[in-house]
Amino acid sequence: MASRIVSLKVNGQNEEFIVGALTSLQDILRDTLNYTSVKEGCRQGGCGSCSVIIDGELRLSCLTPVQEVDGSEVTTLEGLNQSNSIAALQQQFIDKYAAQCGFCTPGMMVAIQALLDRNPNPSRDEITEGLAGNICRCTGYLPIIKAVEGVVAEMSGASGD
Amino acid sequence: MAIKDLKIVGQPVKLRDLDTHVTGETVYYEDIRVPRMLHLKMHRSIYPHAKILNIDTSEAKSSAGVVCVLTHEDLPGKKKYNGLAGVGVGPEDESVLAFEKVRWKGESVVAVIAETPKQAEAAAAKVKVDYEELPAVFDIMEALKDGAPVVTDHWPNNHYIFPDNHRAAQVRYGDVEKAFAEADHIVEDVYQTQPIEQAPLETNGCIAVPEGGDGRITVYSNTQGLQFSLDVTADILGVPTSKLRFIGGTVGGGFGGKVDLQPEPITTLAAMRTGRPVKFKYTREEEMRVSSSRSAWRVEIKDGVMNDGRIIARKITTYQDSGAYLRFSSYGGMKHCGHMPGPYTIPNVWIDSIVVFTNRTPSNAMRGFGVMAGSFALEVQMDKVAETIGMDPWELRLINAYREGDMKSHQKEVEDAGMVETILAAAKLAGKQLPEEFQKMSSLDRKAG
Ligand code: FES
Ligand code: FES
Repeated sequence: MASRIVSLKVNGQNEEFIVGALTSLQDILRDTLNYTSVKEGCRQGGCGSCSVIIDGELRLSCLTPVQEVDGSEVTTLEGLNQSNSIAALQQQFIDKYAAQCGFCTPGMMVAIQALLDRNPNPSRDEITEGLAGNICRCTGYLPIIKAVEGVVAEMSGASGD
Repeated sequence: MAIKDLKIVGQPVKLRDLDTHVTGETVYYEDIRVPRMLHLKMHRSIYPHAKILNIDTSEAKSSAGVVCVLTHEDLPGKKKYNGLAGVGVGPEDESVLAFEKVRWKGESVVAVIAETPKQAEAAAAKVKVDYEELPAVFDIMEALKDGAPVVTDHWPNNHYIFPDNHRAAQVRYGDVEKAFAEADHIVEDVYQTQPIEQAPLETNGCIAVPEGGDGRITVYSNTQGLQFSLDVTADILGVPTSKLRFIGGTVGGGFGGKVDLQPEPITTLAAMRTGRPVKFKYTREEEMRVSSSRSAWRVEIKDGVMNDGRIIARKITTYQDSGAYLRFSSYGGMKHCGHMPGPYTIPNVWIDSIVVFTNRTPSNAMRGFGVMAGSFALEVQMDKVAETIGMDPWELRLINAYREGDMKSHQKEVEDAGMVETILAAAKLAGKQLPEEFQKMSSLDRKAG
């Protein structure tokens, strides 16, 4: 299988690369473009630390061959940092102590953003479901779920806990 | 003064790097960018116990992208190490790169350094090692039997010898046998736990970067024991610590799983040999199979108990599975001794804490080293005692909880006792109704209540 030229829009920037058949999006984002918020907890689809949004959908960049997403728009946490909704989520993470070692946090942020994009008012079950692909070994998840609930409450105008 | 008026005590403290965690800007060791970086992969033993007859690296050396291949013959200083040698723990029993024998499945044998991780991996798979398989032992009690396969020559009976020449770390206090004879009940059981992988989300790893011509190397590492890693690396490579600069930082989860000190020495050697930056990062599979886990424990407890609930004697024999090498297990065994017989005042105590060697992955620290398995065993035992004598388990613990000034079995007086108050607070939270005399109990006065 041959190398080919692939173009992507990453965090609003047009990028072009020559990539091998199975080069992962993770390697391109981390090592070629230096988007280091994309973590490598397992490189095998088991942890969610490499989560990104591709054309509006939550995906694991480690299991995504770049050639297969030719022409797509890719958003990492660096891209989300610029939008307003993520600022509220970040403050909630700080207030609720939803990060300890922080290694899962970028992937969590991205997964939560993808969840809120498709469902701005998720129930606790829907939040849990939305984060089911993201492992956190430190927090025990509850602070993360509470941070999401806090954002949801803020967005719907209710006073969050 | 109420807690809310205090500025520090009782107030939450914000994590130093929380602000950058949420933006993804926290720098972990592998977020360091260095040009022309090489990648190291390890060829590992496929047997839990075998003689090494021959190591053939010729095919690996000529594999695409390979820059350097390291075996035990390339080690400039020591071939064996122990991570705590710098603080007097020994002997140094663990091979840096295996020679003569492998003693666990996954042991490091040959390091292959190449331009890309894939090339290093492909070449590592081409290393050929001829083995003669030896009988292996995987169970603590089997390992202690006469005629069991001997794991290392350092320990002919497969157990550690503590510095005072004892087979166990020991506590001897009062006379347990005499007390057993006087007790109304004897309650005995055996408690066992399995190994547990710490599974931090970020795997073990480091990047070693040569800093110009005078041999200095900077090592970016996620080790939990930066000073130990530095000492061990200098020792193994035979260089003064002044040549090495170790930089830690935020660790992507450790839980004790990053004190093996395994990646740094060999990666630093690779950087020295190649003159280029080298990265060694465990795959998830290596993290699960190769990095050390919490050890398996076997805790045998025998209690002598009176009808009124007082535990008058406790005898404990503990076996800790160290795996093939010592690492920090003797420390864990001693800490276990310090933790037992739990937060209770017992006038007669006998403890033997034994470190056993098997052909399993070497074990090491994990959250509450030596303590967790002990607490599990103790508290299940407390419930069993309560059941045996027909007493409420809360009341049993309150009766036996240590009080200020009590003499502990380690010959040290209890200071700052808070066990009674803790149990009472927990009872309140759990909605547990205790009789009034128990509610009046106090850590400061055994007669209260
Ligand atoms: S690194 Fe992609 S799921 Fe773990
Ligand atoms: S904060 Fe450490 S893994 Fe989630």
